[in-house]
Amino acid sequence: MLETSGLTAHYGDAQALFGIDFKLTQGELVAIIGANGAGKSTFLKSLTGLVKAKPEQIRFDGQPIGGLPPGEIVRRGLALVPEGRRLFPSLSVEENLQMGGFARRSGPWSLPRLYKLFPILHEKRKLPGTSLSGGQQQMVAIGRALMSNPTVLLCDELSLGLAPIVIKEIYDAMPAITGEGMTVVIVEQDISMAQRVSQRIYCFQEGRVSLQGASTELSREQISQAYFGV
Amino acid sequence: MIETLLQGILLGGLYCLFALGQSLMFGVMRLTNTAQGDFIILGAFAAIAGLSALSPAMPASLITPLAVAALLLPVAFGFGFGLQRYVLNGTLGKDPLPSLVVTFGLAIVIQNLLLELFSADPRSIDTHGLNTQSLSLGGGIAVGVLPLLILALAVGATAGLQWLFGSTRLGRAFRAVSDDKEIAELMGLDAKRLYALATGIAFVLIALAGVLQGMRTTVSPADGPLLLLFAFEAVIIGGMGSFWGTLAGALLLGITQQIGFRLDPGWGIWIGHIVFLVVLVVRPQGLFPKTKG
Repeated sequence: MLETSGLTAHYGDAQALFGIDFKLTQGELVAIIGANGAGKSTFLKSLTGLVKAKPEQIRFDGQPIGGLPPGEIVRRGLALVPEGRRLFPSLSVEENLQMGGFARRSGPWSLPRLYKLFPILHEKRKLPGTSLSGGQQQMVAIGRALMSNPTVLLCDELSLGLAPIVIKEIYDAMPAITGEGMTVVIVEQDISMAQRVSQRIYCFQEGRVSLQGASTELSREQISQAYFGV
Repeated sequence: MIETLLQGILLGGLYCLFALGQSLMFGVMRLTNTAQGDFIILGAFAAIAGLSALSPAMPASLITPLAVAALLLPVAFGFGFGLQRYVLNGTLGKDPLPSLVVTFGLAIVIQNLLLELFSADPRSIDTHGLNTQSLSLGGGIAVGVLPLLILALAVGATAGLQWLFGSTRLGRAFRAVSDDKEIAELMGLDAKRLYALATGIAFVLIALAGVLQGMRTTVSPADGPLLLLFAFEAVIIGGMGSFWGTLAGALLLGITQQIGFRLDPGWGIWIGHIVFLVVLVVRPQGLFPKTKG
């Protein structure tokens, strides 16, 4: 359903991705792991139009989407939970969630459904989004992305800066999301967590795919070698 | 003293209309429009020109300037929308200098264009006596009907903008692009179109301010920079990007100027400047910073 072939990305003169080949099939949860600067976030930004790509380098449901504006890509069914949450500071929790629904795609996700998934957000819906704890902000960021009823949910560093108990709470919500048949890509630095929740793993190193395979079939040694390059 | 306060509040109403467009453009786009005052004067001259064109076909009454104002507002919206979409959007970025330079250039163009078309002579909009009518409040105190109308429009425009930003889908979108343009676009928002809409609305307020300024007093092509200064002072005293703050800042500026005028006719304007400078030093974020939902 989502495929990249020879995907490259640049920041000015600096090249960040060097020909990424990636394939995602309906309903699976794929983890992308790699050290800082490996190109994981750039890859997600390229998929969502925040970093420009050539049209044929990214295909979604058979259509080239590389280089389309972010708004058009979200309307086609890709949504990003950005690194660092990036909630709108002047909007309340509920308004932040409503912003996700701006693309007006139909589907199972609505405010009541999100409040059922994350009840704490209903209690705090009138508060400014950025006044919440890090974990609760991450819930808002996930909820905001889900409000666009995406076919593919892209999550960038969900566990960044969060306590282990909060990370567990967030990942515990994943089955309720994937249960809807949604396809999920998570970028994660925690190798154990990535192996536990995903069906397949891609390991990035210096802008290239250094390893890929089924999460249960890859050994820790293989992953460590691909992750650190040693 | 009560009369001075009342006159200050009424003057503040006019300053609020000068400043709301500036507050809106800064709040949404972080764009400082240094041609704000000249656009207000352009609005006044557009109304004057419209009146001369329509006068032969319209009755000589207050209806005519009001009809011209009603026609001018949608034109101003379209002008603002187009200006932002095709000129000012290209100047936006991390560096505020391009937008400052472009709007400064526009200010010079407008001043010279008006001088060429209308000469340097002061002109005004004939209100058929509205600007001389007053309401007696008893105790020897009276307030002008036109200044009262201007204050009511200023309060109404401020409340309207606050409602738009705080309670509507469009307002949420304005706040979202102001907070984080990249993520807002990821939600499906078209930031450039939203910027154009915001400037369109700002220009409706600018045109309204221009018409009312032309009705209240005389206008000449060189008046713009002083109006810009009052608009800036009101916005900065109130807190950039906050509409109720802009109203409060404008009222404070109007009151302090009136107190200054009462002390000495030559002191009014610069006592206003001193209050502005004091706020800038003591509370640089203004009295009521950025609009929240």
